[in-house]
Amino acid sequence: MITFDSVSKKYMDRYVALDNVSLTIRQGEFISIVGHSGAGKTTLLKMLLAEDKPTSGIVTFEDVDIHSLRRKHLLNLRRRIGVVFQDFKLLPHKTAFENIAFAMEAAGRTDEEIEADVPHVLALVDLGDKIWCFPNEMSGGEMQRVAIARAIVNQPDLIIADEPTGNLDPINTHDIIQILKKINDLGTTVILTTHNKRVIDSLGRRVITMDKGRVVRDNEQGSYVL
Amino acid sequence: MFTTTKRIIRAGFLSFWRNGVVSFASILVVTVTLFVGGSMFFLGELLESSLAELKDKVDVNIYFTLDAPEEEIFGLKQSLESLPAVAYVSYTSRDQALESFEEKHADDYTTLQALEELDGNPLPASLNIKAKEASQYETIARFLEDKNALMEGDEKIVEKVTYYQNKTAIDKLASIIAGAERLGLAITFTLIAISILITFNTIRLAIYTSRQEISIMKLMGAGNAYIRGPFIVEGIMYGAISALAAMALFYPVTLWIGDATAKFFSGINVHAYYIDHLISIFGSTLLAGIFLGAVSSAIAVSKYLNEKHLKMT
Repeated sequence: MITFDSVSKKYMDRYVALDNVSLTIRQGEFISIVGHSGAGKTTLLKMLLAEDKPTSGIVTFEDVDIHSLRRKHLLNLRRRIGVVFQDFKLLPHKTAFENIAFAMEAAGRTDEEIEADVPHVLALVDLGDKIWCFPNEMSGGEMQRVAIARAIVNQPDLIIADEPTGNLDPINTHDIIQILKKINDLGTTVILTTHNKRVIDSLGRRVITMDKGRVVRDNEQGSYVL
Repeated sequence: MFTTTKRIIRAGFLSFWRNGVVSFASILVVTVTLFVGGSMFFLGELLESSLAELKDKVDVNIYFTLDAPEEEIFGLKQSLESLPAVAYVSYTSRDQALESFEEKHADDYTTLQALEELDGNPLPASLNIKAKEASQYETIARFLEDKNALMEGDEKIVEKVTYYQNKTAIDKLASIIAGAERLGLAITFTLIAISILITFNTIRLAIYTSRQEISIMKLMGAGNAYIRGPFIVEGIMYGAISALAAMALFYPVTLWIGDATAKFFSGINVHAYYIDHLISIFGSTLLAGIFLGAVSSAIAVSKYLNEKHLKMT
């Protein structure tokens, strides 16, 4: 589904963020990427979202070179990817309902679909009673659940979760990982980056370890080893 | 298309309302800009009307000799009226001149007494000539001179033509007003340019606070037009509300300075002008406000729509 073929990224011709990374992610996988801060995890995800261009190498999504896409097709690609961030990145002046509705509006969904799907997806992340709350009226765990609801509402092919539990307590961390597992069980590919050893060890899925911009380990049923 | 427009307008309204402090600050600045622009417009109108009124006061009077026969005066009046440069000619007989003199000096006992002591009516008959254009007075004056020169000795009926006495004063006044207009225009442009820059920067700052939101929207796959739209709606709202506020401000301000302007600018009351032209002034202020708000927002937001500003982390 996704391939990184000899992808390198240098900033200002000096700092190497990615060094000749090659890997393949199959449809329906739950893959965790671990590594120290600055190991290149986030840069790898940026390449996938076409937020940044590689200095060399090719990133493909379903055999299409992401960085050769025109703007319109790039938008379509982003609509097929749900993103969850460590700092939630909710729209601060929109309610939980409106945050999720925005993702659906961006994908061109009808008002009827929005009215039907948003409460449903909020109930799925156990936030049915927070539908009209603004982000500043919610806890970190609740905000992250809204972010996940927003990421999954358009039934994307891929969920990218960049350290989604970094700001959460152990109970919320557990809940968020359970939700991601549930999403993966329904067939969506999930890419998770995290520093949380317990999360990785409990998942028992494929783990890619990065260091200094390179993939140093790729284990099918890995654990958290740095 | 309709759904998208509806969503954009709704999002703009909501964002305007929920970003209350930022909206208030932006409205304040746009209001000041529109108020400055409007004031400059009023000042320009006052200067223009004053000049027009002064130009209107320019005329030529022909004073006749006391024994000039009325038929000949009428003859001259007719030939003057046939000139293409002349707008109209009005005749004041000796009796009318005396009557209006007495009226004018009704309270001035000494003058009236002096008048009584004279033998008969000392005032001459006169013709008042108005030209279609101020520049044509010279032609008329020359025509009169030629005509007068033709009459010799006792036949000479024209005593005096007032054109040349007034000419210097009129020209000087016109050049002062033209200078004032130029200065006014320069000040207007400078002030308006400064206000527009301040407005643009305020709106840019307001949108700067939303730059991360714009990034999030882009990462969710929202198109540029869909992201830009609500900001433009907000800009339009800043402009429209500011136009209302500026109009509301003009009312007490013009009322306050109305009498002063009436005295200073030959009878034009700025408050009366404001009331008479309320709809057109409001229309242009509204259009200026909406244009300013919408264009500032569009320019400011376009910077963050660029892929270079897309920031995931």
